Amino acid sequence: MQTKRTTFSGYWLPYALLAPQVIITLIFFIWPAGQALYQSVLRQDIFGLRVTFVGLDNFRRLMEDPLYLNSMQMTLVFAVGTTVLSMALALLFAVMVNNMIRSRDSYSTLLVWPYAVAPAIAGVLWWFIFNPSIGILPYMLDMVGYDWNHRRSGTDAMILVIIAAAWKQISYNFIFFLAGLQSVPQSLIEAAAIDGASRAKRFWTIVFPLLSPITFFLLVVNIVYAMFDTFGIIHATTEGGPAQATNILVYKVYRDGFVGLNLGSSAAQSVILMTIVIALTVIQFRYIERRVNY
Amino acid sequence: MAAIVMDNLHKVYAGGVRAVSDIMLDIADGEFVVLVGPSGCGKSTLLRMVAGLETITEGRLTIGDRVVNALEPAERDIAMVFQNYALYPHMSVFNNLAYGLRNRGVLKPEIERRVREAAAMLEIGAFLDRKPRQLSGGQRQRVAMGRALVREPAVFLFDEPLSNLDAKLRVQMRVEIKQLQRRLGTTSLYVTHDQLEAMTMADRLVVLNGGRIEQVGTPMDVYSRPATTFVAGFIGSPAMNMLPASLLRANGNADALSGLPGNADLVGLRPEDIGLDAVAPGGVRLQARLDLLEPAGAETHLHVRLIDGKTRMTVRLSHVPGLTEGADLVLHAPAAALHPFEAESGHRLL
Ligand SMILES: Nc1ncnc2c1ncn2[C@@H]1O[C@H](COP(=O)(O)OP(=O)(O)OP(=O)(O)O)[C@@H](O)[C@H]1O
Ligand SMILES: [Mg+2]
Repeated sequence: MQTKRTTFSGYWLPYALLAPQVIITLIFFIWPAGQALYQSVLRQDIFGLRVTFVGLDNFRRLMEDPLYLNSMQMTLVFAVGTTVLSMALALLFAVMVNNMIRSRDSYSTLLVWPYAVAPAIAGVLWWFIFNPSIGILPYMLDMVGYDWNHRRSGTDAMILVIIAAAWKQISYNFIFFLAGLQSVPQSLIEAAAIDGASRAKRFWTIVFPLLSPITFFLLVVNIVYAMFDTFGIIHATTEGGPAQATNILVYKVYRDGFVGLNLGSSAAQSVILMTIVIALTVIQFRYIERRVNY
Repeated sequence: MAAIVMDNLHKVYAGGVRAVSDIMLDIADGEFVVLVGPSGCGKSTLLRMVAGLETITEGRLTIGDRVVNALEPAERDIAMVFQNYALYPHMSVFNNLAYGLRNRGVLKPEIERRVREAAAMLEIGAFLDRKPRQLSGGQRQRVAMGRALVREPAVFLFDEPLSNLDAKLRVQMRVEIKQLQRRLGTTSLYVTHDQLEAMTMADRLVVLNGGRIEQVGTPMDVYSRPATTFVAGFIGSPAMNMLPASLLRANGNADALSGLPGNADLVGLRPEDIGLDAVAPGGVRLQARLDLLEPAGAETHLHVRLIDGKTRMTVRLSHVPGLTEGADLVLHAPAAALHPFEAESGHRLL
């Protein structure tokens, strides 16, 4: 295919057009990232009077810190839980809506709404619903004999934040899955029906494999979301508690840095997170290049 | 092996579109029947009703000795070749062919044997490990055929399977499909809008128009005795000329028309039945002017206008005449070549 190419006659115009984006990136991404890298190899004394260079000591300490390792574990549980829950539900909804509409105008806009809700508000919403004293869900769970209390039980707290985080992501996943389902040619499904495949079999052997590029893309997006974009939800619901049960890595950066004022350790944690994001992004791009695997 | 009986089939889509009406058709075991008609006439709808992909609004459909109205596509013992082939893009050619057999619980060695056999028959044995996107259009078409015949169904259904191929390949595949069908003796229902494909492939032609059957018959029957003006215009290329009987009478051809029924107010004349040389007395004789001369290799099409200056006709000659555009000429046709119709109903008389 031929790409359309515009040539600028002036010298400064292309740079001027790029400048706003470059400046924003520099101020809000590159500079803080540099700061974090710099801070991560320093240590302040408790009064903030002296700063010493400690090399990779901050990282070594983190790797030996049971609290940090616990946080990693919690993050893993949280990310996997959120990703699986939000993607499974989104796929289920997308399949249902797809059967209902088959490319006509739809209810799908309704299902997009949660995505427009800010994380903190989503958190507050679920905080109300699950609130042990005034929430509706604990009340109903109590009737079936389950004593819900995410302020005491780490498991309850984890379930709460997973549901809150997944709920918000469902709509995003839904849109992608629905678009993917709509692009599966109807004749393939008809051919499979003639070939004697049951409904379920048609889905798992024809439709789902054809969705695999989208599924993989969403997998990475959701993991990134769960690991880095859920600060607001944690902050509004459990604040990392009880007893570190929901203190995932991003939240711990904030707690250790801004609440605990251990800047060196917090910066080192940021650097680790940054590395993980970069790794996930690389995987994403490398895969997308070869995403058409059939 | 199975006969198909369509007993008064109707299809009304949700939303009220009457796609197919009053279809009465018996297809004998082993017969190759072609459904032909213009776009939107309901060919695909009727085929898909037989396949079980569309519900039957009214009427009874029998395949073999079973009424299949309520049966799922998989239970009807049919196989279908789609216009876009509908190959499973993520599966190898082998798996595309094997998919239907696996779903039916055929044992592995048997699957292997049947896939290899079908692949050999269609000369796609070399591509069994490839994905569909690694094949040319013609090869994909063969795989789609292979997927249909590997199942050894009682009925083949084809929905314009050749329309995505180039002209040369289309002719070649046309011959191959027909030969394959003869060899296997499988009852086949084939949809096309290409009248040449229809004529050359069919044991029997079914001409559809507006969801109704216009005519059923062997290709030569339909060609030589079109039942309606629609069929007359649709089958044969260039299309049959239609002239008002009054015009012919006014031009001194009353004699030629004397053998036709009195209510024949429209007369059809095939371009290939008209010539520039005089015919036996009692034939049609028309004065005309040559508007355009189209040499097409083996034949030449003359677009002419009768001396009334309005009525246009097409003439097909097997040679290039020594004429220039604008020349006056005299057209001749034997009386036996006239097709009498009643204009109002469009029906053939005689
Ligand atoms: N799913 C549908 N819902 C409503 N109307 C439909 C549907 N499918 C087809 N139709 C209508 O039914 C009529 C027949 O359609 P059909 O697809 O059978 O035509 P066709 O003869 O196969 O035409 P073509 O040669 O263009 O494929 C058309 O008027 C079409 O608009
Ligand atoms: Mg069609």
